[in-house]
Amino acid sequence: MVFDEADRIATIELEQDRDVVRARSRVADAMKECGSSELMQTRFVTAVSEVVRNALTHAGGGTLAIYAMPNKRQVGIECRDCGKGIEDIDAAMADGFTTRRGSMGRGLGGAKRLSKTFAIDSSPGKGTTVRMIGACSLR
Amino acid sequence: MNAAAIYAVEGVLLVSITSDITDTDIIDLQEALSKRIADTECRGVVVDISALEIVDTFVGRVLAQLTSVARLLDAETYVVGMRPAVAMTLVELGMYLPENHTALTLSHALDKMRQSGLIDGLRRG
Ligand SMILES: Nc1ncnc2c1ncn2[C@@H]1O[C@H](COP(=O)(O)OP(=O)(O)O)[C@@H](O)[C@H]1O
Ligand SMILES: [Mg+2]
Repeated sequence: MVFDEADRIATIELEQDRDVVRARSRVADAMKECGSSELMQTRFVTAVSEVVRNALTHAGGGTLAIYAMPNKRQVGIECRDCGKGIEDIDAAMADGFTTRRGSMGRGLGGAKRLSKTFAIDSSPGKGTTVRMIGACSLR
Repeated sequence: MNAAAIYAVEGVLLVSITSDITDTDIIDLQEALSKRIADTECRGVVVDISALEIVDTFVGRVLAQLTSVARLLDAETYVVGMRPAVAMTLVELGMYLPENHTALTLSHALDKMRQSGLIDGLRRG
């Protein structure tokens, strides 16, 4: 999934937990602008919350880019970090897998279920990029 | 703390969480609430999440922890005001919040707590 044809409408640096709130609210606005239903907005904003939180807690920060898609009924995001990366992506995607004691380990699997399209790219030592598209309605 | 406030109402502690609460705020809230429960010896806590547009796995876990800590201090917790879209999303995340009692509104939660004898109808917080 690439966003070549898409318009970048916002960029948010993820440095502290307040930025997670800003990221969520900017994506919520983009979903509203597309005429999203409340359910579809809630699902996608929750997915975005999971991946930006991961960039902060597991990678020490990153950057979120938000895209207006050629399909006007969709919103795209790219969350990129230069953290430690993920050893085993299949394991990390599984519900219940976490490397942080007490955490739920349901973020990545959940984000995939809650988005229309989900792609993750990670290499140990280099960083992680998650791209997702959220749809404004099920149709 | 401004992102969440704790009020004593009708013999219970009412916690209302605002939409822009951060992870740090929510951990501070956990600490403040446990202290208030111990100080007031209250038996019931109501957490109002109607202002929350989303509940992700982190916030879900903190809600479960609030409830567990309160229970060790002999207080039961009701989560009220969950939006339908939030409930559906939590189920998709596989977060069923089994530790929490839920009620649709504050007054339903108070009714349930009166019925179970956690608060008596006469006492005022
Ligand atoms: N951006 C990231 N950088 C490095 N590791 C990550 C990143 N995102 C996820 N991970 C790894 O994948 C695991 C699972 O992530 P997730 O499903 O969100 O659960 P949790 O965040 O509760 O641990 C994390 O514990 C972490 O080891
Ligand atoms: Mg996570």
